[in-house]
Amino acid sequence: MLMGFKRLFALLTISACVPAAFAQEASQEAAEEVQRWGVNMTQGVTEVSRTTYDLHMLIFWICVAIGVVVFGVMFYSMWRHRKSKGYKAAQFHESLGVELAWTIVPTLILIGMAIPATKTLYDIYDTKEADLDIMITGYQWKWKYDYLGSDVSFFSNLSTPQSQIQNQQPKSANYLLEVDEPLVVPVNKKIRFLITANDVIHAWWVPDLAVKKDAIPGFVNESWTRIDEPGIYRGQCAELCGKDHGFMPIVVKAVPEDEYHSWLSDRAAAAARIKELTNKTFTFDELYARGEKIYNSACVACHQANGQGIPGTFPAIAGSKVATGPMDGHMSMVVNGSPSNPAMQAFGAQLSEVDLAAVITYQRSAFGNNMGDTVQPIDILNFKNK
Amino acid sequence: MAHGPKPGFTRWLYTTNHKDIGSMYLWFSFAMFLLGGCMALVIRAELFQPGLQIVQPDFFNQMTTMHGLIMVFGAVMPAFVGLANWMVPMMIGAPDMALPRMNNWSFWILPFAFAMLASTLFMEGGAPNFGWTFYAPLSTEYAPPSVTFFIFAIHIMGASSIMGAINIVATILNMRAPGMTLMKMPLFVWTWLITAYLLIAVMPVLAGVVTMMLMDIHFGTSFFSAAGGGDPVLFQHVFWFFGHPEVYIMILPAFGIVSAIIPTFARKPLFGYSSMVYATASIAFLSFIVWAHHMFTVGMPIAGELFFMYATMLIAVPTGVKVFNWVTTMFRGSMTFETPMLFSIAFVILFTLGGFSGLMLAIAPADFQYHDTYFVVAHFHYVLVPGAIFSITAGVYYWLPKWTGNMYNETMGKVHFWMAFVGLNVTFFPMHFVGLAGMPRRIPDYALQFADFNQIASVGAFLFGAAQIVFLFNVIRTVKGGKKATDEVWENPEGLEWSVPSPAPYHTFSTPPVVR
Repeated sequence: MLMGFKRLFALLTISACVPAAFAQEASQEAAEEVQRWGVNMTQGVTEVSRTTYDLHMLIFWICVAIGVVVFGVMFYSMWRHRKSKGYKAAQFHESLGVELAWTIVPTLILIGMAIPATKTLYDIYDTKEADLDIMITGYQWKWKYDYLGSDVSFFSNLSTPQSQIQNQQPKSANYLLEVDEPLVVPVNKKIRFLITANDVIHAWWVPDLAVKKDAIPGFVNESWTRIDEPGIYRGQCAELCGKDHGFMPIVVKAVPEDEYHSWLSDRAAAAARIKELTNKTFTFDELYARGEKIYNSACVACHQANGQGIPGTFPAIAGSKVATGPMDGHMSMVVNGSPSNPAMQAFGAQLSEVDLAAVITYQRSAFGNNMGDTVQPIDILNFKNK
Repeated sequence: MAHGPKPGFTRWLYTTNHKDIGSMYLWFSFAMFLLGGCMALVIRAELFQPGLQIVQPDFFNQMTTMHGLIMVFGAVMPAFVGLANWMVPMMIGAPDMALPRMNNWSFWILPFAFAMLASTLFMEGGAPNFGWTFYAPLSTEYAPPSVTFFIFAIHIMGASSIMGAINIVATILNMRAPGMTLMKMPLFVWTWLITAYLLIAVMPVLAGVVTMMLMDIHFGTSFFSAAGGGDPVLFQHVFWFFGHPEVYIMILPAFGIVSAIIPTFARKPLFGYSSMVYATASIAFLSFIVWAHHMFTVGMPIAGELFFMYATMLIAVPTGVKVFNWVTTMFRGSMTFETPMLFSIAFVILFTLGGFSGLMLAIAPADFQYHDTYFVVAHFHYVLVPGAIFSITAGVYYWLPKWTGNMYNETMGKVHFWMAFVGLNVTFFPMHFVGLAGMPRRIPDYALQFADFNQIASVGAFLFGAAQIVFLFNVIRTVKGGKKATDEVWENPEGLEWSVPSPAPYHTFSTPPVVR
C-alpha cells in the first residue's frame, strides 16, 4: 500500500517536472522518439502556452489541497467513527456558522482563481498588430492554408499510409501526426490565424502553441501565436467532423525568419510552375500515374482505396455512371461538386488543372472502369471558363 | 386480492400502479444500460491499441453517438424516473402518483422511441454518427438518412420525460400526507421536485432544436446553414441551453438518494438539511446561465467568455456545500459499510474528483487546452458514472428489500461494488492523462504516445461491464426469494417508506399517515 502511494506521489511530481525537462530538447526535429506515459499538459513554446500551463497547475494544486482536507476528514471518520469499533453517533445536524463558512471560503478561493484566469484570457484575445496573417480553412478532412498577401496557398493532408492504419505495416513514430505539407511559419513573429471552415465545424488545435479555435462555416474566428523556438509542433482537429475526424492532423514547422522567406518564395515559384504545366499535353500513362497519387490523398478518404465507396454514404467510383459516362459530367462532378450531395466537395479550387485532369483520367481507367480515355489540363481550364 | 395486481401480461400493459410502472422503468433502464454498455465496449475494444482492428471509423462514430444517447436518455433518466415512481408516493404518504394513466403512457412510449432509435443501426447509411451533441451542420447537411428517425425518437423521449415530470410535480405538490410541509419532505423528494421543473423547462428546447433540424433537412429552411443565411453556432446555443440543465437532471436526484443513505448508515441525521435544499435550488438556477461554457472555443466575445466562466465557477460553491454536508454527516457518526453505503461513499469521493476537473474546465483559458480532449471524457464520466449510475445502484440496494420483501446477498453486493469501483477508476482515470497529453475525443485511432493508457482503460471497461452481470444476478435472486426483510430493513432509517411492511403493499397508504 505504501509503495502505491509512493508511486502515485512520484507520478504527480513527474507530471509537473517532465514537460519542463523535455521542452529544451524536444524543440528541433525531436518527436521522432515516441514519448510514452505522458500525464500532463505541455508547457509549449509560446508565452500564452506557458501562462496557460501555470494556470492549469495552479488550479490543479488548489484542487489537490481541497481534496486532501475533505477526503482527510472523510477517511478519518471512516476509520475512527465506525460502529464496529463501538463508536456512538453524535446527533448534531446543524450549525449556521459552519455552513456560512463553507460558502464564504470557497467563494474567496474562486476569486483567487478568477483573477489570473481573466488576465490570461485578455492576452489570448489580443490579436492586434500581427506581423503575418494566415487563413486556415477546415475541409472534410484536410486543412487549407492561405498566406494572406502572397500567392502561397495549399492543402495539408494526412501522410500516414493506409497500410499503417490497417496494421499491414509497422507504425512510424509520428503515426497519424504527419502531413504531406506542413504549415511553415517564422519564429518570434506575431502570427494571426483567421480560422474558418468549408463544410462542417472543425477545430484547429496545436497544444504546444496553446491555440484551439473552432473552424465554423460562415464565420471567421481569430487567434494568434508567437513561437519562441524553431521546431515541429503537431496537433489534430478537435471537433467531431465526420468519419475521418481522427485522421486530420496539423503540423506546424517554425523556422528562422530568413529561412521562412526563402521557403515562401520557393513555394510561390513552384505554384507558378504548376500553372505553366496547364498548357502541356500529357500522355495517358503520365496522367494515370499522377492521378493515382492525387486519388490517394484527395479521394481515398470517402471513395476508399478500392474505389468501392461506402454504401449509403459515399458512392462507388468503380463502375459508376459518372466515371464511365460522358466526360463533361465527370468533370463537372469533380470540379463543381455534387448538386445533391454536400459531402462531394468542389475540387475545382482545391486542385490544380493538372491534378484534376490526372485524377479524372485515373478514375476512368482504374477499378476496372477501363474507359482508357484522357482529359488534358487545358480541357479542365476550358471547362472551368465555360 | 380485491386490490391486488391483475395476473398476466395485461397487468403490465394497462397498469396505473406506481410500483408496477416504477419497476418497468427500472428494468427498461437496466436493459438500455447493458445495450449502451456493450456499445462502450465496442469503442474500448477498438481503442485497445492503435490502428483500426475491429470497426471502421464510420461505425465507430455511430457507436459513440448511440452510446451517449442511450446512456443519457435510455439508462440514467428512466432509472431516476423509476425510482421516483416507486419512492415519491411512499415517501410523502400518497396512495399513488397523481396522474396514473399518464404515468402508464409516459412509460410505454419509451420502448417505441428506443426501438426506433436502435433500428437506425440497420438502415442504409447507418445510425446517427455525429456525436450525442449532434452539432449542425454535420447532423443536418452531412448526416445519414436515418437522422429523421433519430429526430422522431428524440421527440418521443422528450414527451415521455415531460409527462413524467408533470406527474411528479403534481404528486409532490398535491398528495403529501397531512403535516408533511415542504421543509419536512425527504431530500429525494425535494431534489426530484426541482429536477422535474428543470425537465419541464428544457425538454421543449430540445424538441425545438431537433424540429429546426427537421425543417433544415426536409423543408428547405436554413436555421443552421451559413450558406442560406443561418448560423451553425445557433445550434450549439440552443442545444446547450437544454444540454447543460440536462446534466443536472442526471445528478440532482442522485443527491437526494445519497442524502437518504448516508444518514442511515452513519446513524446520524443529515447535516444541514435546509442548506441542502437551498444548494440544490441554487445549482438548478445556475445551470440555466452557464450553457456556453461548452462553447468556449467557438469564438465568443470576451465579455461572454468571462460571464460564462465566472458563472460556471460559482457552481462549485453550492456543490461544495453539499459535499461538506455529507462529510459532516459521516463525521462522528457510527458507520457501517453495507453495499448501499459503499456505493454512496464512492459517489461522494469520485463525484468530488469529477467536480475538481469540472472546476479546472471552468477556467476558460485552460479550457482551450482541455476542450474536446479525453480530459473532458474523463471529467463527465467521473461525474456521471459515480454520480448517476453509482447513486442509482446504491438506491436499488437500499430499497430493494422494501420492494421485494427479501434481503439481497451482501457478499455479492460487495463483489459488485469492488469490481465496479476498480473498473471505473481503471477505465476513466487514465483518460485524464491522455487528454492532457493531447488526445482529442471521438477519434477511432490515435497516435502511438497514447497507446499505453488506452490499453489500461480498455481493460478497466471490461471489468466494469462484468460487474453489472453480478448486479443483475443479485437482483434476480432477491426478487425470487431470500432472507425475509424486516419492515425497517436497516437500523433505524428515517422516512415514511420504512413504516409500511416489506414488501410494500400494492396500494401503500389507503388512509394517509399523519406526519408530526
